[in-house]
Amino acid sequence: MTLPFFTPDVDPGPDFAGLLRRQGRDPETRIADAASHPLTIMHGTTVVAIRTAGGVVMAGDRRATSGNLISHRSMEKVFPADRFSGVAIAGAAGPAMEMVRLFQLQLEHYEKVEGHHLSLEGKANQLSQMVRAHLPAAMQGMVVVPLFAGYDLQRGVGRLFEFDVTGGRYEELHHAATGSGSLHAGTVVKIGYRAEMDPSDAVDLAIRALFEAADDDSATGGPDLVRGIFPIVAVIDADGYRRLEDDEIRRRFEGLLGDLSPSNTRGSADGGARPDQEVER
Amino acid sequence: MSMPFYVAPEQVMKDRADYARKGIAKGRSLCAVSYDDGILFAAENTSSTLRKISEIYDRIAFAGVGRYSEFDQLRVAGVRHADMKGYAYSREDVDAQSLANAYAQMLNHTFTHEMKPMEVEILVAEIGDERAGDELFHILYDGSVVDEDRFSVLGGEADAITARLDESWADELDLGAALRAAVGALAGDDRALGADDLEIAVLARSNGRRKFARIEGEALTALLG
Repeated sequence: MTLPFFTPDVDPGPDFAGLLRRQGRDPETRIADAASHPLTIMHGTTVVAIRTAGGVVMAGDRRATSGNLISHRSMEKVFPADRFSGVAIAGAAGPAMEMVRLFQLQLEHYEKVEGHHLSLEGKANQLSQMVRAHLPAAMQGMVVVPLFAGYDLQRGVGRLFEFDVTGGRYEELHHAATGSGSLHAGTVVKIGYRAEMDPSDAVDLAIRALFEAADDDSATGGPDLVRGIFPIVAVIDADGYRRLEDDEIRRRFEGLLGDLSPSNTRGSADGGARPDQEVER
Repeated sequence: MSMPFYVAPEQVMKDRADYARKGIAKGRSLCAVSYDDGILFAAENTSSTLRKISEIYDRIAFAGVGRYSEFDQLRVAGVRHADMKGYAYSREDVDAQSLANAYAQMLNHTFTHEMKPMEVEILVAEIGDERAGDELFHILYDGSVVDEDRFSVLGGEADAITARLDESWADELDLGAALRAAVGALAGDDRALGADDLEIAVLARSNGRRKFARIEGEALTALLG
């Protein structure tokens, strides 16, 4: 690998994707043929983000599915984007992971070349451009929809952004959810949310939201006590991005179990039979 | 048809080397010192924006003296080289040695083929998990590479500073002691350098993934003692 030197007219500046293109490595997913081959590919599912007092909490389940099969049980969907921000993904797993990797590098590359980091707004716009560039692949079924959240060092608050497949960028003031279980997870968060929430309460709420999503959406994975696999939860505040330990998630989940006695949950433990209706065999 | 005057190749090389050395000697010097937790970089630099020392990759840092625009170009090329390599392979595969070789090749090419050699001297440093894994590659304007141990000094006054560091350097210095040794060597006996005259950074094993950190402001004043 030789040293990449450019004349001023073709210099990519701090843009890492631009640098890759100049070096003949196209970072974007290209589609060979129109809609003729619907592929069965891995999909990652539900992620949520909640704004708290002084920061943001992000969480994601661990399941990846290929059609009706579970293809991976411990996939990570919540990542640090840099020291003060995180990105969570839902959608086609392959392109989504690649998008995160490129996004992380893009931010770090900018910071090193320019000597200072991008503003939170700038980071969100970068991600929005990457999602938009992915639109042709999304039209073929490889949809990637991220959530982006971080601590805005200039304003001193946590902020979170939702995206759509066209790269549309929407700042949410309270909470956001995306992925197949987002309807259920989003509803739980919506009901439990309070303004200026304590981060610890927000973590519990996120865990509950993912649990409820897993309860009703087959593509969302619940806590796996057999293998010790728990959702990934990260807190981002003035101290930066911090992923919570699995042990802590386990403890909080066990606390949640106490609230989930059969009488408190929809449907009943005996397979749906009610006392007044005898099941005929 | 006019014939150019014959100039002996030795003369051409000597003239270029003199030119480059003169350019480098105009600027202030810089040194890198190995200490118990990694490598400390100290440069005399009154500007807080035009940096001489910077981060290349997780464990790799860059330092340059001479003409700012030229070593900054080299720095950016190094960041690109490292990030490209990390993207194509993995983060662990990015190493200082291959970067030093790439710099050497580039500087050598410029020295022999271009009108003007680069008026720079650069340092590529990498820290390992243990002190034994630390590497200092000192690269000259003509592309010669020197692999140094303990410490490395760049710039016009390198000989005098090296002599002073030779006396004050010891094995397993802590951060404060290494800093004072480096700054003392840069300053010499007749003057003192304060926090405002210095640019200080470290590659520290105790840092997270990105080992590079600057030491500035009050933290620096406190360490200078």
